[in-house]
Amino acid sequence: MNFKSLITYVFLVICLCLVQILLLKNLALFGVAFCFIYLLAILSFPITMRGFPLILISFGIGLLIDVFYDTLGLHASAVTLLAFLRPFWLKAISPNGGYDDANIPTLPEMGIGWYISYTLPLVFVFSLMFFIADQWGTGGLFGVLNKSFFSSIFTVFMAIIVQLLFFKRRRGI
Amino acid sequence: MLRILQFLYSLRSFLLFVLLEVLAIGLIVSNNSPQGAAFFNSSNAVTGSVLKTRSDVVDFFSLAEANEALLVENAALLEHLKTLNSIPDSISIQLDSALEAQFTFKGARIISNSLRFSQNHITLNKGSKDGVKPGMGVFNEEGVIGRIKSVSENYSVAFSLLNTELKLSSKIKTNNSFGTTKWDGKDSEKSKLLYVPRHVTANPGDTIVTTGFSAVFPEGIIIGIIESVNQGEDPNFLDIVIKLSTDFSKAHYVYLVENARLDEIDSLHMNSDIENEF
Repeated sequence: MNFKSLITYVFLVICLCLVQILLLKNLALFGVAFCFIYLLAILSFPITMRGFPLILISFGIGLLIDVFYDTLGLHASAVTLLAFLRPFWLKAISPNGGYDDANIPTLPEMGIGWYISYTLPLVFVFSLMFFIADQWGTGGLFGVLNKSFFSSIFTVFMAIIVQLLFFKRRRGI
Repeated sequence: MLRILQFLYSLRSFLLFVLLEVLAIGLIVSNNSPQGAAFFNSSNAVTGSVLKTRSDVVDFFSLAEANEALLVENAALLEHLKTLNSIPDSISIQLDSALEAQFTFKGARIISNSLRFSQNHITLNKGSKDGVKPGMGVFNEEGVIGRIKSVSENYSVAFSLLNTELKLSSKIKTNNSFGTTKWDGKDSEKSKLLYVPRHVTANPGDTIVTTGFSAVFPEGIIIGIIESVNQGEDPNFLDIVIKLSTDFSKAHYVYLVENARLDEIDSLHMNSDIENEF
């Protein structure tokens, strides 16, 4: 990772966190579909990135979102789980010839079919963890599954739209 | 020994994951106690100023609505004042100190609000500098909003009524039978009235107000209207659903109420081992 791409990643994280905090905090489509667009930053880190720094950075981002949401620990725990599972899932769905060294897991680089199969299960696991922790002892399992299912679809949909609008091919991000 | 260290090193990301996950869950648990960590929430200086700037922009678009609500309330207060004004030929008596104002009121603005979780909180733009203390009640002209949880110098965080931790002592206005309002974490427009015995006649349309027992709110602040009454599963109590009178998604300006005798009542309750609800 060179200096220029480091700057773009920092910029991406800041932008997405701001959007999440300022615009999306109280947004819930039909009361069930939440949008966790800041996950796009964590999902877009380079494929070669190791688990250790990825988990640390994700925990930091989750804690930052938590402080603004007054849900201390909810995002942090869910996003840590996502960061832990990401390297294993990337290995499990690697294409036949393996990844190129320069590959980053974004939509313009990898194509829509691969991208959905990469993001949807990870975001679903994140949502499941988030809503189980949130509704602990109050709601039933059906409500949790309902919210997780629609939230992950909505988040992946929004992530695809953001990338179609703002990400360019072959120039880092 | 070296083998063990190498083995642990190869597992380092898993160990970090477990460590951070335990830390996060610890934070969730500790934050849910009413006296939770006061620093890591939206009442600290940096977070508060970001949220305040955001709300400055957003609130501009709802000024007309806020004005209208204020007008309605002013009119009601004027009418009330008229009935209290003494008639010139009547005698006036000096009020005893036992009757002096027990409740004092303050105004504040909501700078951050959430509706969609099971533990919702509200951030206000007044803090300890303006005399806000933990335990004060929060309401607006529509009804009860919540209770102050923690306070920093310039901001404060309150439990919303839409928080499964908050219990509110309340009664049915028509027959004075009391119960406890507690949110079930599902619909942001509805709540539940618990512990109302089965012999009480409660009808859809009855008004629910605060009791004044808890010493946080004065008596008679509206909470909501009964939407449905069912026999429910509990053999002793009715299952009552309340339609909340406050629209939490539109609340911007609120009043804070402080009971001057809260400390006295609290310590009395503590001395007699009563666990009080709010």
